[in-house]
Amino acid sequence: MDTITRRRLLTAGGVVAAGALAAGATAYALPDILGFRSEEPNGRILVLVTLYGGNDGLNTVIPYADPAYAANRPSMAYPADQVLPLDDGLALNPALKGLHRLYGDGRLAIVQGVGYPKPDRSHFRSMDIWQTASPERPGTTGWLGRWLDTAGRDPRLAVSFEPVLPPLLAGARSAGATVPGGTLDLPAGVTSDILTGLGTPSAGESPERARAAACFADLVRVRDLVAGTAPEEDEEPDEEPATATGGQAPALDRQLALVTRCIEAGAATRVYSVSLGGFDVHADEKGAQEAILASLDGPLAAFVERMAGREVVVAVYSEFGRRVRANASDGTDHGTASPVLLLGAGIPGGLHGDPPSLTDLDDGDLRHTTDFRDVYAMLLADVLGADPEPILGGWTGRLTFS
Amino acid sequence: MTDRSTVSHLLRRLTFGPTAAEVEAALRAGVPATLDKVLAPVGHPASLPEVGAFRPGREGRADARRDATEATGWWITRMVTEPGAAEKLTFFWHGHWATSVRKVRSAELMLGQQATLRRYGAGGTGALVRAMLRDPALIIWLDAQRNTRKAPNENLARELMELFTLGVGAGYTEADVKAGARVLTGWRADRTGGTATFSARRHDPAPVTLLGRTGTFDADAYADLLVSHPAHRPFLAGRLWARYGADTPPDAATTARLVAQGGSTVAMLRALVGDPAFAGCRGRLVKQPVEWMVGAARQLGIDPERGRSRILAGLRALGQVPFRPPSVGGWPAGTAWLTTSSAQARLASGRALAALAPEAVGTLGDTARADRPDALARILVVDEWTARTRAVLAGAAGDPRLLLTLGLASPEYAVH
Repeated sequence: MDTITRRRLLTAGGVVAAGALAAGATAYALPDILGFRSEEPNGRILVLVTLYGGNDGLNTVIPYADPAYAANRPSMAYPADQVLPLDDGLALNPALKGLHRLYGDGRLAIVQGVGYPKPDRSHFRSMDIWQTASPERPGTTGWLGRWLDTAGRDPRLAVSFEPVLPPLLAGARSAGATVPGGTLDLPAGVTSDILTGLGTPSAGESPERARAAACFADLVRVRDLVAGTAPEEDEEPDEEPATATGGQAPALDRQLALVTRCIEAGAATRVYSVSLGGFDVHADEKGAQEAILASLDGPLAAFVERMAGREVVVAVYSEFGRRVRANASDGTDHGTASPVLLLGAGIPGGLHGDPPSLTDLDDGDLRHTTDFRDVYAMLLADVLGADPEPILGGWTGRLTFS
Repeated sequence: MTDRSTVSHLLRRLTFGPTAAEVEAALRAGVPATLDKVLAPVGHPASLPEVGAFRPGREGRADARRDATEATGWWITRMVTEPGAAEKLTFFWHGHWATSVRKVRSAELMLGQQATLRRYGAGGTGALVRAMLRDPALIIWLDAQRNTRKAPNENLARELMELFTLGVGAGYTEADVKAGARVLTGWRADRTGGTATFSARRHDPAPVTLLGRTGTFDADAYADLLVSHPAHRPFLAGRLWARYGADTPPDAATTARLVAQGGSTVAMLRALVGDPAFAGCRGRLVKQPVEWMVGAARQLGIDPERGRSRILAGLRALGQVPFRPPSVGGWPAGTAWLTTSSAQARLASGRALAALAPEAVGTLGDTARADRPDALARILVVDEWTARTRAVLAGAAGDPRLLLTLGLASPEYAVH
């Protein structure tokens, strides 16, 4: 599997079946989504939050009462008086104030120790595995793309506000919709007719050229402006850590603002994919991780508050956690199991699944206690009302809230 | 008799956007002589831009940002003005050992890394890997500057094997990552010194088992193990193919032919463009934004100094700015560059480039209206327009600037 970046997955030779993308345009304008109505009654909505770069789970949901925690991370451990306590000797990172409040209200569920067998510690491979839900061999479709294949194949059912479709939304016969932000200013003299002309398929053209032409056809349809979602200028703060993705997504709060608009407009969309990059920290991790967790906490807690009373479920995951023992650079190296956060309608708050042991390790790494496919199966069944088994390659496990 | 589309294809892939004049010269010289000329090491040593040494603190940060912009502009100018394959090869290696100034925060170190890529990028990869393991920018980028015997930091060793030398699934294990990290302990870099140094005190001298060999290794021995590993040359052949050939991987026979060239990158490139499969790559490779932008500037005779700010703004909008790859995995590739927002950005940049190219606009204006689409194809070194695009161009032929804009944004120009 080639790994220039995870974006590579979208090319014909990558993870995603070319058919899904060649099947037609995936770009839509915001009004297309706002005005999307379906014959079916609107069911529950899933908002999936992908954290790119391997978020350190042990400093997110912190086992501060376990002596092995501080012993393994002398300069990186949080002392008991700095953390936001939960139950059972666990606590949240001090940056997660909003989520801590939601936990106190019984609205944040933490599934502990989520992972998969034979963990892969490459950012790129592990993200493939999570997005395709195929740990044994590289898959060619994303798990929610396969759901879309069974759910009527309308791209508007599964929406991302990134410029490039995330692989998890690409199915075998259909693909989700991307809603690029920004304004649609065309240079003088470039008319709709010209765009339509350039967007016309040409017999015998290579798939790559056909795709280049299709972009113009898409552009004709993406006529409306998405106010306030122009891409950032590139002068990010210098401290911004390297990330393991080619993600060019708008800021998380902006993505969630668009999700909010669509949901409140009554769109029939069932799945929204949003993402936050920058978790690929290996040194001086504590401060960097706190800063980025704060940029997750504020928008996420505000979104959950605003969605209160609606049939919306949020799930937050990363491609892997980090090793138990710190490295010498006040950071951690790529690890394995990590918590998954769930919030929203019908999700009972509290701690779920077994906490992974900090002493019974697999070569220095946590052993996962819950397979991520159990979490997916629950989301497919309880949120999307689908039969998880065919979508997850015959996987029969399912997360239950005891 | 050399065929125009053959030499055009060759030059489009090996160099940044050949000009019509370069195509004519290559037609006269023939393929072998053209290859010799294009692949010869460029005689121009890079005279580096003035950038300051690293200074910590707020002012230092502002200076570093200014210097980074200066270095980027300098490199783009060089890409536009230097003929031959050298600049594109340096850009290939930059995307391969993808390092970002956003974290390194020193233009001086980024230019130092680039000098290493220039010095060793054309020959065998042994010297290149050895040098990169001592490259301060890479060491800072991958947190290796504090990789010590007490607790090694695995980041550099992991990416070294996964992304730089062997590729995913190439048979190295987690134990190899840990062993590799231990071998590299003690190498550190700091921004102010601008060099990497080795500290024996911080190095772990204990024997390790690395890629099936047990013993004590230093960074050079590790580099040598990697470049002699059976996965290394096929991996490199695949990376070169992805950037110079097509967005779909080469078949086994092509890979074997490239691997048989020995370890020299230029020899592999020469074999790549001479491969029977190369002709079939026409229209199969999506241009990266830098290739699109620099190629257009060359073909339109744009003064890169005058166009600097427009070119940089265009590259930002298209999502590829030199020295700022999004991650250690480098930039996206292939159809990931083909989105509605990129189509729109190519139209806008095409318009801006056309405004900077009065000469090319004049040439089109001096051509009979019916012949303008063909004249445009000659300027942009496009073999032929599809009927679809030709119809659009014919409709816009009355306005040479618009005609040029549409040619630059066209599918035939975006995918070469």
